[in-house]
Amino acid sequence: MSERTVSSQGPGVGQGDGAMPPSAVGRDAELPDSTDDLRQASLWSDAWRQLRRSKLFVVAAAVLLLLAVMAAFPGLFSSISPTESGNCQLANSKIGPSGDAFFGYDIQGCDHYANVIYGARVSMIIGLVVVGGATLIGVVLGALSGFFGGWFDVLMARVTDIFFGLPLLLGAIIILNVFSSRGLTQVCIALIVLGWPTTLRLFRASVISVKDTDYVAAARALGASNGRIIMKHILPNALAPVLVYSTIAVGGIIAAEATLSFLGIGLQQPAVSWGLQIGGGQRLIRTAPHIILFPSVFLSVTVLSFILLGDALRDALDPKLR
Amino acid sequence: MTSTAPRTAVTPQVVGGAPLLEVDDLSVEFRTDYGVVKAVNGISYTLAAGETLAILGESGCGKSVSAQAIMGILDTPPGYVTGGQIRFRGDDLLTMTSKQQRDVRGEEISIIFQDALSSLNPVFTVGAQIGEMFRRHRGTSRKDAKVAAIELMEKVRIPSARERVNDFPHQFSGGMRQRVMIAMAIALDPAVLIADEPTTALDVTVQAQIMDLLAELQQETGMGLILITHDLGVVGEIADRIAVMYAGRIVETGATDAIFTAPAMPYTEGLMASIARVDQKGQRLNPIVGAPPDLARLPDGCPFQPRCPRATDLCLAERPTLREVVPGRQSACHYAEEVLGA
Repeated sequence: MSERTVSSQGPGVGQGDGAMPPSAVGRDAELPDSTDDLRQASLWSDAWRQLRRSKLFVVAAAVLLLLAVMAAFPGLFSSISPTESGNCQLANSKIGPSGDAFFGYDIQGCDHYANVIYGARVSMIIGLVVVGGATLIGVVLGALSGFFGGWFDVLMARVTDIFFGLPLLLGAIIILNVFSSRGLTQVCIALIVLGWPTTLRLFRASVISVKDTDYVAAARALGASNGRIIMKHILPNALAPVLVYSTIAVGGIIAAEATLSFLGIGLQQPAVSWGLQIGGGQRLIRTAPHIILFPSVFLSVTVLSFILLGDALRDALDPKLR
Repeated sequence: MTSTAPRTAVTPQVVGGAPLLEVDDLSVEFRTDYGVVKAVNGISYTLAAGETLAILGESGCGKSVSAQAIMGILDTPPGYVTGGQIRFRGDDLLTMTSKQQRDVRGEEISIIFQDALSSLNPVFTVGAQIGEMFRRHRGTSRKDAKVAAIELMEKVRIPSARERVNDFPHQFSGGMRQRVMIAMAIALDPAVLIADEPTTALDVTVQAQIMDLLAELQQETGMGLILITHDLGVVGEIADRIAVMYAGRIVETGATDAIFTAPAMPYTEGLMASIARVDQKGQRLNPIVGAPPDLARLPDGCPFQPRCPRATDLCLAERPTLREVVPGRQSACHYAEEVLGA
C-alpha cells in the first residue's frame, strides 16, 4: 500500500493534473532538460534521491566503502601481511602503540595494525555472503510460500517456527560442532542456515499484501502467467522491507561471527579475524589493552555502519517517515 | 441452483452475427466460514460484436463476480464456479487449459476496473505497462512496445503521450489513469471488453469523457462491450441492452429504451424511481426500502419479495423464473405483465 503513495510527497513530483508544483509545470512546456529529472519518480529512484540527502547514509556508506576497499586490497593500507612468518618478532610481544606500529604488537609480536586491517576481509565476506545467501533463500521460498500458499506455506510456517525456537548462537554452536574443521565456509553455512527463516517470514508477509492488489488481478485478467506476475509485479513491490532488514542484518551477522570466533567455535587460528583478535586480547586486557581495543573499535564501527545504512534505507523507503 | 434456469437468455437485438460471448447458466459460490454464499445463481446472457450490454444492479448483487469468473480472476478459494459455461466464439473458457485461458485473456477478452490507480503497478512507467501487453502476447521488442504504447496513449487521448510515456501511474490524474488502463485493455484489439464500474471512482465530468471514449473506441473497433455499473445515467447513454441483476440472478432484460420507459419487474421500477430528477427538486428521493437478501441464506420465494410493494403469498412461496413477457423482454416476476402495464 504505502509504496504507491511514496513519491506523491517526494520532491518535484506529484504532478497530478490538478495542483502542479511550480517545479513540475515546466514538463508540459517541454523543457528537455527538466523532463529527465522529473520523471525519475519511482519508488526506487525517489528513495535514492532521499538517501543521497541523508547525512547518516553518506557517512555510513563512506565508512563501508573504506572497509570494503580494506577487505579487498589490504595491501593498500599495510605493507606487512600478518599471515607471513618473519613479520612477527616475539621480542615485540604486547608492546603498545608507537610510531613504528600504530596499533602496537600482539602477543606473538606481530604488527597489530596489519592484523586489524586484514581482519576486515573475513568480516565483510561473512556479512555479505551470509546475508546474501539467507536473503536469496528467504526471498525464493517466501515468494512461493506467500504467492501459492497451501501445503507449502504451512510446511514453511512450521519449519521457520522450529528455527525461531533456536537462539542464533546456540544453533550456530550446534551446527559448527558437526564439522570436523571450521573455517570461513563452515561459519557461513551455519549462519545462513539460521538466517533465512526471518527473511522468509518477512518476504512472505509482504508478498501476501502485494498479491491482493488490483494491479495483480488486472495483470492476471490481461493474460499474465504466474511467473510473470511474480517477477514483474510481486518482487519489485514487495522487496523493500526485506532489503532494509538485510542491510541491518549484515551488522548482526558480522557481530555473530566475531562472537563465535571469540567463543572458540568460529574461525580458528591461523585465520585472521576481529573475533579471534578480541578473543585473544581479552586475557590480556589489563596488561595490553590495545590488543582488544583496536579490533573492537573496528568491529563496532562496521556493525554500526550497516545498521545506520539500514536505518537510512528504511527511512527512504517508508513515505510515512518523511 | 436449479437447472430450470431459462436457456433463452438475452437475445441480441443488434446485428453482429453469431454471439461472441455466451454466458450460460453460470453459477459462482463463495465457501466461507459463515456459510456458502451463492453470489451468482445461473445467469445467462449473450453479447454480439459491436453491442453494448449493461449489467445493472446494486452492490453485492453478483455483477462484478460474474465478470471475475469470465476473466478467471476469482479468488479461489473461497470462490468457485459451480456450474454453467462461458463460451467465447463457441469454446468454453472454463474447460480450457490455463495456458489457453491466458492466451484468450487480454488478447480476446479484456477488462478495466473501477480503481485505475490500484490497477496499475506503482513501480513501472505507464509506457512499460502498456507495452507489457505486446511483450507478453506478441513477443514484441522493448523498443517497438514503447512505440506501440505511445500510439495507444494517443488513441485513448492522453495529451502529450510521447512525453508522458515514461511517467509513473501516480503522476497521472484519476481520469488519465483510467485512460491508461483502457489503453492496456484495448492494446491487442480485444473482441470483448468488460468495463467493471469504469467511472465510479471518477468525478462526473471525467465520467462522461471516459464513457464517450469507450463508445468511440467501440465504434472504431467493433468490439462487444459489457458495462457493469450501478449508474443508471451511464447505462441510459451508451447501452443497447440491459440485464438487471438482483441477488445473483438476472431479473430483467431488454432493450435500454424499453426498460427505461416501462420496467417489467418491481425492482427495476424501484431503481428507476430512485433516480434524482430535476423536476422533483426539493422533494425526497424514493429509495427502495430494505436491504438485499443474505446470499448465504436465500429465501425460497422471490428474493425481492421482502422489499417488493407488490408482494403476495405467491411470491413468498414460489420463486419466479426469468420468462419472456413481450418479445425481447424478459422478467423474473409473477406479475410482470401488470408491472409492465402499470
